[in-house]
Amino acid sequence: MSNQRIVNFTLNGEKSTAIVRGGETLVELLQNKFDLKGARESCGQGLCGCCTVLVNGSAVAGCLMLAWFVDGADVQTIEGLANGNNLDPVQEAFIEAGAFQCGFCTSGFILMTKKLLSEHPDPSDEEIRHYLIGNLCRCSAYPEIIEAVHLAAAKMRVLARA
Amino acid sequence: MATITAGSQIGRSIPRLESRDKVTGRAEYTHHLKLPGMLYGKIFRSTMPHAKIRKVDTSAAAALPGVYRVVTIDDIRTVIPHPYYGPAFHDQPVLADGKVRFAGEPVAVVLASDPAVAEEALGLIEAEYEELPAVYDELEAASSPHLVHDELKPAATFPDLQHLKGRRGTNIALDYKMRRGNVDAAFASADHVFEHEFRTQQVMHVPMEPFVTVADVANGQATLHTASQGPSFVRIEIARLLGWPENRVRVKVPHLGGGFGGKLYIKLEALVTSLSLLVARPVKISLTMEEQFFMVTRHPCTFRIKSAVTKAGKITARKCEVWWNGGAYADIGPRVTQKAGFTSAGPYDIENVWIDSFAVYTNRPPCGALRGFGAPQTAWAYECHMDMMARELDLDPVAFRRMNMLRNGRPQAGGTVMEDADIEASMDLALERIGWNAPLERVSGNIRRGRGIAIGFKGITAPTTSVAIVNVYADGSCVLYISTVDMGQGSDTVMAQIVGEVLNLDPEKIKVIHPDTDVTPYDMGTLGSRSTYHMGTAVRLAAEDAKNKIEELARDLDMPPGSNLPVAELLRKKYGMQAGNIIGTGSFMPDYQKPDPETGQTRKATPFWGVGASSAEVEIDMETGEFKVTKLVNIADVGVPINPKLVEAQLSGAGIMQYGFTTIENMIFRDGQLTNGSLADYKIPSLLDMPKVFINEATRSNQKDGPFGAKGAGESTTIALSPAIGNAIADAIGVHIPDLPVTPEAVYRAIQSLKNAGGH
Repeated sequence: MSNQRIVNFTLNGEKSTAIVRGGETLVELLQNKFDLKGARESCGQGLCGCCTVLVNGSAVAGCLMLAWFVDGADVQTIEGLANGNNLDPVQEAFIEAGAFQCGFCTSGFILMTKKLLSEHPDPSDEEIRHYLIGNLCRCSAYPEIIEAVHLAAAKMRVLARA
Repeated sequence: MATITAGSQIGRSIPRLESRDKVTGRAEYTHHLKLPGMLYGKIFRSTMPHAKIRKVDTSAAAALPGVYRVVTIDDIRTVIPHPYYGPAFHDQPVLADGKVRFAGEPVAVVLASDPAVAEEALGLIEAEYEELPAVYDELEAASSPHLVHDELKPAATFPDLQHLKGRRGTNIALDYKMRRGNVDAAFASADHVFEHEFRTQQVMHVPMEPFVTVADVANGQATLHTASQGPSFVRIEIARLLGWPENRVRVKVPHLGGGFGGKLYIKLEALVTSLSLLVARPVKISLTMEEQFFMVTRHPCTFRIKSAVTKAGKITARKCEVWWNGGAYADIGPRVTQKAGFTSAGPYDIENVWIDSFAVYTNRPPCGALRGFGAPQTAWAYECHMDMMARELDLDPVAFRRMNMLRNGRPQAGGTVMEDADIEASMDLALERIGWNAPLERVSGNIRRGRGIAIGFKGITAPTTSVAIVNVYADGSCVLYISTVDMGQGSDTVMAQIVGEVLNLDPEKIKVIHPDTDVTPYDMGTLGSRSTYHMGTAVRLAAEDAKNKIEELARDLDMPPGSNLPVAELLRKKYGMQAGNIIGTGSFMPDYQKPDPETGQTRKATPFWGVGASSAEVEIDMETGEFKVTKLVNIADVGVPINPKLVEAQLSGAGIMQYGFTTIENMIFRDGQLTNGSLADYKIPSLLDMPKVFINEATRSNQKDGPFGAKGAGESTTIALSPAIGNAIADAIGVHIPDLPVTPEAVYRAIQSLKNAGGH
C-alpha cells in the first residue's frame, strides 16, 4: 500500500496534483481527493457507464482506469460541464426531455452524449442507440434519453450559428 | 409567491424538482457518504449452498495490518442476544449462525479504515463446512425432507401469520387459500378442461446504486444513512433488534439510485447497525454489483392452472396452484405469495375459483418484492393459458377475453367488487395502438410474424398508512415532510403538485424534505404503486388542513371573508413580525377487510386495482429461433395522471425492465452456485434492446377516491407485457413457450418440437 506516486493533471480546467497509490482508480481519486461525486462506480467492470469521465477527450470507465494514468492528462467530469449556473445544452436537454429517473447513471449519459455530439452533430436514432450502448439506465429512461440527445443536438446547432 | 389558479397543477408535466442536481452530478446518494472515523465493512460469503459451519478461522485476516476487526455471529451476539431479522419472519441471522443456507450468504465481516485492506483480508479467512443436502426447486422443496429452516418464526408485525409460529418439518413458509363456488362440480360437468404449467425464472433488480448503508451507533443513539425504500420500517425493525424505543433510532434516506422493490423492509441495515454497535464507530458497507445478486431477487414461480370452459367459450371454473421459490430467507415472500396468489386467476369473471399459493424455502438467494409483487409471474401463466385455450377452441383471443372479462361492479374471485378498473378500455387501447386489425405479412422467406395481446391486474398491499406534514413558513414559502422515498419515480414532484393544487402555490417552489425519521412522519414504504394514492391522499389532507388553518387565522384576525390576504401578511398581523408557522397534518389508511383465512373472501381486499394491457408484434427467424419484438405497446389505467410525463416514464421504464425479464435476464445456477452474477454475464436492457416501435400510454380514467382521481403507476405495465410477447411468438410459430425467459434457443427448440410432432 506504500506504492504511491504524484500525478499532475488538469481537472475541469484547473491544474491539479494528487498522491495516488498503485491500485487506486480514477473514480476513487475523484471522490476521495477532490470530492467530486458525479462519476459513480456501479458495476465495477466498465460495463454500465455510471463512472464515465472524459480523459483527453476520450470517454473512459473511471472504475477501471488507474488513477496514475491521468498524469499529464486533461480530465473532464460532469462537474466541469456547467459554466457557473449556466448549464451546458446537453444538461438542459436532459432536463427538458426528462431523460433520467433516479439520476445515478445520468452523469455518464450526459458526458457520453457530449462525446457523441462532438462526432455526430445531428445523429440518427440508430446512431444514438449504438453510441450509447455502453451506458445502462435501469430506470430505463431510454426513450427520453434519445429525445434529449436530439434536443441537445438542436440546441448546439443553434448556438453554433449564433 | 405567485398565486396559481386552482386546478392548474393536476395534469401538468413539470420537470422533476431535483433536475438540476441530477444533471450536474450534485445529487446526494448514500453511496457517497463518509463520516469521520468511519470503518468500511467487507463481507466474507459462504461458498456452500447448504452446510453446517464447522469453523471460521479469522486469525490471519485479523492479523493483516490495517484490519480493525473481523466479526462473526458470535461477536454480534455479545451486543444483540437474538440477532435475527426480517419483515415477515424473523428467520434471517445478521451473519450466518451455525449454518449457511445459500451460496453467497454473509458469514463474516472484515472492518478496516481502508476498504482495500478489508477486501484483501477477506482472502485470508478460512471456513470449514459440513455440506448438507440442498433443495433448489420450488416443487421439490415443497415436499422434501431436507429442510432449509427447522422451524417457522413469523414476525409479530404481521398478525395474520401467527398461526405459522413454531411449525416444523416443512419448507412451506406460507400456504394461502382462496375458495369460491365449487370447482370440482364445475370441472366434472365442463365441456372442456385445460390444464397447463408455466415457470418463471429468478431475476434481480440491478439498481445502479448498489445496496449501501452507513450506521453510526453511539451513546444510546443510532443514526442510519441508508439506500432504502422504507425508512419507517427500518426504524421499527432496528429499534426492535436493539431493544430501544423508536426515538433513539434515526433513519435518513437521500436520493436513491433505483430501488424497484429491492431496497425495501430491512436489508443491510441489520448487519451494519450491529457492527457499529459492536465497535462504537460509524460503519459503512457498500455492496458490489456482484454481491447484489445475493441480497434479494424476484421469486421464480411454478404455476399450474386449470380451467373449465363451455362450448361457447365461457370459463366456468379455474384452479390455480402457485409455488413461489422464496430462497433461503422469507423476506417479504409470504406477502408476495398472498397478494399475487389473490389475483392469480386473472382479471376474469369466473364463478368457481380455487387458489393455492405456497411460499417455499429453498437454498437459493432470498427473493422478495420486485416491481409487480408477483403479479407479472402469475399473469405470464394465466394470459398464456388464455391464448392456448383460445387456440384449442378456435376462438378469437380478444373475443374470448371479452366474453370472460371481469368488469366494474362484479366481484373479483376474492369477493371484492371491482371499481375504477378500466381493464377493457386498456385492452382496447392496446389493440388499437398495435393495429390489431391491420393486415400483417405473416410469412416472408424464413421469417414468421405474429401479434399478441394480454391483460393483467394486481391488488395493492393493504392495509397501509401514510402520514404527511405541510409547513407554511412566515414568508409564505412551503415545505412538505414525507417519508416517501424518491428513487427516480418522481414522488417529490408529484407530491409538491398536490400541495400546490390545494394551497394555490407553484409546486416548483415547494421544498420536499427527504426521509429522515426524526423529522418526516411515518410511511409504510415506497412500494407496490402505493405512494401516489396513499401518500398523495395524506399530502392532500395535510395541505387542506393547512388551508383550513389559514382560513381560521384570517377569521381570528377579523379579516372579511374572501379577503385572500397572503399567509405571510396574516402571520405578520398575528405575531407582529415575520414569525410563526402554519402546520397542516394528514394521515391516510384506506378501508380494508381482512380476508377469511379459509376462503380468502373479503368485502375489501385492495384500495384500488393496478391495471395493465400490452400488445406486441414479433418477427421470428424460423431457422435460428432469433426473434425481434418489432412493436410493443403498454397501456395502463393510472386514474388521472397528475404529471403525465412522469407517468409515461413510469410506464415505459417498467415496461423495458419487464422486457428484460421476458427476453434476456436469468440468474443461472449450477449445484446451487450462481454462474452469471455480474453485469458481464447477466445482461439488462440497453438502448439497443428497446423495441423500435414502443408505445406507452395511460387510459383516460378516474380513481374516484384517489387524490384528484389519481392512482399508482409504477408497476402496471410489468403485468401483461411478458404474456403479450409470449402470445405473439405463439401466434407466429404455432406453439407456446411455457417458461420465461423467452430466448432464441427456447423459440428454436419449440419450432423443432413442433416439426418433430409433425406440425408445420
